[in-house]
Amino acid sequence: MTGATGLTGAYVPRSSPLHRLPAGAKLAGLAAACTALVLLGSPLALGGAAAGTAALYALARVGPAAAWAQVRPVRWFAAALFALQWLLVGLEGAAVVTLRVVLAVALAGLVTITTRTSEMMAALERLMAPARLAGLDPFRLSLLLSLTIRTVPVLTTLAGRVRDAQRARGVERSLRAFAVPLVVGALRHADALGEALSARGLDD
Amino acid sequence: MIEFADVHVRLGERDVLRGVTATLAERRVGVVGANGSGKSTLARLINGLALPTSGTVTVLGMDTRRHAARIRRGVGFLFTDPDAQIVMPTVAEDVAFSLRRHRLPRAEVERRVAEVLARYGLSGHADHPAHHLSGGQKQLLALCSVMVLEPQVLVMDEPTTLLDLRHSRQVAELLREMPQQVVVVTHDLPLLAGFDRVLVLDEGRVVADGPPEESLARYRKLMA
Repeated sequence: MTGATGLTGAYVPRSSPLHRLPAGAKLAGLAAACTALVLLGSPLALGGAAAGTAALYALARVGPAAAWAQVRPVRWFAAALFALQWLLVGLEGAAVVTLRVVLAVALAGLVTITTRTSEMMAALERLMAPARLAGLDPFRLSLLLSLTIRTVPVLTTLAGRVRDAQRARGVERSLRAFAVPLVVGALRHADALGEALSARGLDD
Repeated sequence: MIEFADVHVRLGERDVLRGVTATLAERRVGVVGANGSGKSTLARLINGLALPTSGTVTVLGMDTRRHAARIRRGVGFLFTDPDAQIVMPTVAEDVAFSLRRHRLPRAEVERRVAEVLARYGLSGHADHPAHHLSGGQKQLLALCSVMVLEPQVLVMDEPTTLLDLRHSRQVAELLREMPQQVVVVTHDLPLLAGFDRVLVLDEGRVVADGPPEESLARYRKLMA
């Protein structure tokens, strides 16, 4: 089972040139590509960027389902952004802004699904090494990133359980009945995770 | 070797443990008791996750109050909920994460990870997202992440509570094969078959301590 699930940061194992590229190079490439997206001002140029992004996905050999999973979480946001921009600046401007956002998300997703989190952590630790001068521990900063990615599916599962419990009790329309157990569950998970990290010797 | 010497633990207004004294030298030690009897606190005392309010806990010759970090290197801990223990998104990465502090060469890390995943039947899942595993497989992954460090002592806090019968049996079998000293806190009484010693806790006190048959008979009476 190798399907990607967007924000959950699932690495999709494949043997592709993008998978073999060092994480640092991919992060630098992502930064450069996002800068280029901001500089591109016409729908035609951004259409070219979209074709380039599709080519990169093809190069990564992750399949269309994994590609769609990266942008799916922002589909409603993108639709709302497009509609608002159309009203404010017209059709061309709306297409430009929306394409920029969607392509940036797609490129970031491509980095995520072609890079193991451990490799990303190692690259970020090297990148954040100067933070030591400010008294910050680069390992802890990169661990924070990893835990954030890991926590997304945990909270999604928790939210699903809370919704099921709400339905079972016939209070599915109550925001409070959803938010309170979700927050309590999330805090309990954070507590347990902290204890587990200590047990694994990460509070040395 | 684990030694509790007149250990009291007080949390807020509640006495969780009241004067526990015991020396655990056996290979397989079980701890049973009603909910709130103090057994999980007893387990957490062993690797310094909890500290005694008074008395001392000595593990591998070190006082948990002063050497908790060193003790944790020799004492693995398996929690009830594997989701709270899995830190990295994929299976192999989570196991490798345990070895981080050892700064081993990459090839050695990969060898040890592959070896422990094969031992616990997760080789085919090495690159899978951890959250896609079943509950039983997640518990096995949590166990792999502990066992890859080759701890001298393994403490398990209700390891089979969230597992189905098949995975519970698998954990029981794995327990029998482990060379380490193992302390298991559980409500799953069949898991304790073949254990050397079982402690029964009630309201923070050890009320029975002996071979499983005797201790569990006392526990059943207590729960009747």
